[in-house]
Amino acid sequence: MKHVTSLRIGPVGFRIGSAWRAPIDALDDLYRDYPRPVIPDFNVHLFAARPWRRYLRPSVHIGGDFVIPDAAPLPLAQALLAAEMGMNLQMALGQRGYLLLHASGVERDGRAVLMTGISGAGKSTLAALLMARGWRFMGDEFILIDPATGMAHAFPRLISLKNEAIPVVEALLPHARFGPRLTGTPKGTLRHVVPDAPAIAAMAEPAAPALILFPRFGFDPAERPVPPSEAFVRLTQASTNYVTLAERGFEALTDLVARAPAIAIDYPDTATGIEMVERLA
Amino acid sequence: MARYRAASLATLRIVPTDALTLIYHRASGITHIVDAPVPEILEALAEPLSADALLAKLAAQYDLLDADALALAVRLDELAAAGLVERL
Repeated sequence: MKHVTSLRIGPVGFRIGSAWRAPIDALDDLYRDYPRPVIPDFNVHLFAARPWRRYLRPSVHIGGDFVIPDAAPLPLAQALLAAEMGMNLQMALGQRGYLLLHASGVERDGRAVLMTGISGAGKSTLAALLMARGWRFMGDEFILIDPATGMAHAFPRLISLKNEAIPVVEALLPHARFGPRLTGTPKGTLRHVVPDAPAIAAMAEPAAPALILFPRFGFDPAERPVPPSEAFVRLTQASTNYVTLAERGFEALTDLVARAPAIAIDYPDTATGIEMVERLA
Repeated sequence: MARYRAASLATLRIVPTDALTLIYHRASGITHIVDAPVPEILEALAEPLSADALLAKLAAQYDLLDADALALAVRLDELAAAGLVERL
């Protein structure tokens, strides 16, 4: 790869190579305060399928140690999204050291609150707004559970805001560093925001899972305790590597649902959602 | 008459939670989420038993509201298909 950078997010190191300079410059800028890995765990490659595609309607293919065949390329203007998807892919397909939960997470006083749900449930938005209120941001995509200790490890990559969440977070975090606005992506309009300094400074520090939330956005306020067996089932569905980890995954997840209560919350707007999370946490 | 025996305890990791019980089956790598009376059946089948003898044993140990030999036979077939019970 012609242009290369490397960065560490939580306990995971990535080396990202690109056929173009611009995506690497953008990553180096937005991830400038992140540490560099000594030895990267995963490689991500952003490449052109054909040599002329570096210049002519340049389109970015996502490659790396782990790939999905036939993944559609993205226009060069969306290369930051391609890098994010490439890193997600390495984690989802290659991570073996931790039980991976598709969840966002925040921490205060050593207690981690994990929030998981379908796309659009408000995982990223809630985590970003809780960060604005002084919580330590642990991640908006993956929370890593260490099967040996049961502790939650952070994966605080850039927060990926989508569509109507963008103006909400822009208004509440006026001094945060934002990436370029990416329009017309497969997920709609997308804008990255850099986690605050405390989130980056503490990213190697695990926290004890204290509460599991299953938020749903756009419904009348409601709270329902989720019994451990149901939380277990929902979290197996929210984990990309539960089956791969075999008995270590089973032990990690049964331990997690035994130690942390789970609550399903419905919220009509972000202010109500934040109030509910802070009251329950 | 066919007799049944639970899969060896060494191949099972059984974690009771609330109403349901989580079972990791090491031999297949499959996670099972089961309701009563499955944990009770597995416990009773530590020794090989016919379906009738199993029903009698369960009836002696628990207050069975609907002791039904056919329902138990269906359960045993399911458990045998899942590998949690062996048909001898």
